[in-house]
Amino acid sequence: MSKIHVSTTINGDAVEYLCEPSETLLDALRDHVGLTGVKEGCGSGDCGACSVELDGRLVCSCLVLAAEAEGRSVNTVEGMADGEKLHVLQQKLLDHAALQCGICTPGILVAAKALLEKNPDPTETEVRYWLAGNLCRCTGYDKIIRAVMDAAAEMRGA
Amino acid sequence: MVTEYVEGSTGAELNKREFKVIGTRPPRPDGIDKVTGRALFGADLTAPGMLHATILRSPHAHARIISIDTSAALAMSGVKAVVTSQDFVKQSSSGNQDTLDNCMARGKVLYDGHAVASVAATSVKVANAALKLIKVEYEVLPHETDVDGAMLDTAPVLHEGRKFRNIPEGNNANVSGYWEFGHGDLDAGFAKADIIIERSFKTAATHQGYIEPHATLATMGPDGRGEIWVCTQGHYMVRDLSAAFIGIETSQLRVTASEIGGGFGGKTTVYLEPVALALSKKAGRPVKMVMTREEVFRATGPTTSSSTDIKIGMTKDGRITAGQAKLRYQGGAYPNITAMLGAMTAFASYDLDAVQTLAWNVLTNRPKQAAYRAPGAPMAIYTVESVVDELCQKLGLDPLEVRLMNAAKKGTLSSYGPTFDEIGLVATLEAAKAHPHYTAPLGPNQGRGVSCGFWFNFAGNTSVSMNINEDGTVAVIEGNPDIGGSRASISMMAAEELGIPLEKVRTIVADTNSIGFNDVTDGSRVTFAVGLATIKAARAAIKNMCGRAAQVWGIDADAVDWVDGAAVPTGHNAGEFPPMTLAEIAADQAKTGGPIAGHHEVNVDGAGVSFGVHLVDVEVDPETGFTQIKRYTVFQDAGKAIHPDYVEGQMQGGAVQGIGWALNEEYIYGEDGKLQNAGFLDYRIPVASDLPMIDTVILEIPNPGHPYGVRGVGETGIVPPLAAVANGVSHAAGVRMFELPMSPPRILAAIDGAK
Repeated sequence: MSKIHVSTTINGDAVEYLCEPSETLLDALRDHVGLTGVKEGCGSGDCGACSVELDGRLVCSCLVLAAEAEGRSVNTVEGMADGEKLHVLQQKLLDHAALQCGICTPGILVAAKALLEKNPDPTETEVRYWLAGNLCRCTGYDKIIRAVMDAAAEMRGA
Repeated sequence: MVTEYVEGSTGAELNKREFKVIGTRPPRPDGIDKVTGRALFGADLTAPGMLHATILRSPHAHARIISIDTSAALAMSGVKAVVTSQDFVKQSSSGNQDTLDNCMARGKVLYDGHAVASVAATSVKVANAALKLIKVEYEVLPHETDVDGAMLDTAPVLHEGRKFRNIPEGNNANVSGYWEFGHGDLDAGFAKADIIIERSFKTAATHQGYIEPHATLATMGPDGRGEIWVCTQGHYMVRDLSAAFIGIETSQLRVTASEIGGGFGGKTTVYLEPVALALSKKAGRPVKMVMTREEVFRATGPTTSSSTDIKIGMTKDGRITAGQAKLRYQGGAYPNITAMLGAMTAFASYDLDAVQTLAWNVLTNRPKQAAYRAPGAPMAIYTVESVVDELCQKLGLDPLEVRLMNAAKKGTLSSYGPTFDEIGLVATLEAAKAHPHYTAPLGPNQGRGVSCGFWFNFAGNTSVSMNINEDGTVAVIEGNPDIGGSRASISMMAAEELGIPLEKVRTIVADTNSIGFNDVTDGSRVTFAVGLATIKAARAAIKNMCGRAAQVWGIDADAVDWVDGAAVPTGHNAGEFPPMTLAEIAADQAKTGGPIAGHHEVNVDGAGVSFGVHLVDVEVDPETGFTQIKRYTVFQDAGKAIHPDYVEGQMQGGAVQGIGWALNEEYIYGEDGKLQNAGFLDYRIPVASDLPMIDTVILEIPNPGHPYGVRGVGETGIVPPLAAVANGVSHAAGVRMFELPMSPPRILAAIDGAK
């Protein structure tokens, strides 16, 4: 079967790629677009390491076909910082030592950003339930939750 | 000349030292790469001309391989190489041969998911299609996945004809290891007891659950030289095993460790690396291999499952008079020593006159176990701490008071042989007792659990180099993959010892050809052992720099001291010179004798054991059997916390892995011997909404074996949660639990059974 040509917007830039019909958005981002910040932990939508925003909606990119990105907008961890200036969430994760190995971090950041866009003032419980789809095996989540709450407070104040 | 630390310092002396960098919480040096997606992990690298390889795995739990026909796969368009066990070199050590046979089955497949063949092709899709063309003829054999079942005389034998050493009469051919520890007169000890409790426990196998699947990129050129990029806890280990398995010298293989997406012990061996190298050798092109999550569950890790009989005697005022444990661990299809570690750790928290632990390792048709954070200790200590709790409950005694009364301390003959030096268990127990958590009121259906925990910590072979750059900055070169922030702690120790700002130091993890040998990142050894070598490398550089200052000043090198990052004369008699800073000495190094560096290579000794105490409040829903963790506090002796944030992170992460082990996580096998829950949906690790904040209290009882008093902190945290949660559940539900995980159906059954 011939490949599918996809025109899409990734982190604000117009991007084109060729993909197989069965290929996932995760594979296209990693293998065709070079965005290896998007991680594969399970390939079945259970771990959240491949989280991206698709037209503003938080999705597991391993559960989206690459061809489905046609004409849509994809945001990944690589699009969060503004040049040298980190996004508040990125800075807060660093400040709170909220990462150890770092493999879940891109997905956590994308998911947390999506949460704060919807709900700028979440309770701890709301943060915990929103991030329940993002597995972290290193931290026990404590410092991640604190970092996201702190980022939310700072973003509200800004 | 260095005056701040003398070999053989006591803990009390170490306690007096004032630090400038140690104990602060600076941002980690690899942090920005990890929050921006720039950090490169195992699967993130590609190479020109790269092939992709996948693995054909056994669909049977136990079968003889009659034949493997790869001809149709090789003939397929896009397929460049196929390997089976025939393509690897027979090993002289049985341990290495087991590891190789686990990478690629030889003669028999021993578990569901055991690798049988591998194909390298132009894409993953082509490689997977080619796997389907490989014809394997199997003679299916009876299988056994349960530890007690595998010890029966009727059990199928995994390694027919193989003799294991030191196995007593009366054990079958699946028993691959047997150990005994202890001291004192057990009968006399039990005779002194007012109450004796005997119980049997079972724990399920759990997986390390690192989020990054195993991944590697290997190249082997026609010149016989190889390169491997891999996510691993030890790239020297990968080099040594991979080179041996394909029959090349280690000097011809260079291994670079990628960033590692979690390991917890599970990345301390090889699975894909020798296979990718053998395929690359055949194909003449780079080969990339990345496991799926299903492969990670079916063929890597997990830890052992266990079955234990335990007997403890106590006087009515709470003194333990004797303890005995019989521990049976299965660690899958190949021998291992995890049961031995369980037997050594079971009673380590107690000062006992009479104690005995016996341990068996049993072979089963499950994947070869891999180390998992304090391997062997959590399930052993779970049984001891559960029975101690039950004794306290029966006698109406306070569980922390009883532990304090019986606690191991300096001078205690440990249950596994050595006499303890300075240890922090009593201080840790006192801290728990004084904490508001311990006396906070509990609500309905809630219970509070307590447990001690212990881990030895390792030290081992370590090499560190340190270059003093002309601009006054310092490059630290070490060889242990950074799994939890060790580049931060190593940089901090270098800055502390050199007396310069932390920003002037950058630490890298070098490849196997760029620095001397290093043992694997395991046993909580890195901050301890690499830190020690870093401090000594810094002292070597300081000695060099003092010599340069002496040369410039025209005085004797012994008359120069190093204070706050500068050379100074030792006293008035040495001469009057203003301090010469590291930056000044560095800038002039070409004129004073050439490049300045320090290095230290050592097989480190003196790892300090680490104790922890956990308090947990749980609430058990009597209708559903569901357990919620309401409050959790970890108390642990860190010796000296270099970067407290990452010490807390180890304590919190370990506690949550232990909570998962206690409540949810479990390898589930069907009657057919196949793993039924090889994915994160059905093997459920704790998620954010399952948990409260995990409070931490760091204690610092310095380890005399480290210049700053550091103890390993990485593993102890996973040990206490199993019993702490089980004790909490037992109090909350009003029934004793003897099997992990305490899933809702098991708790409901226990509640119903007690009615």
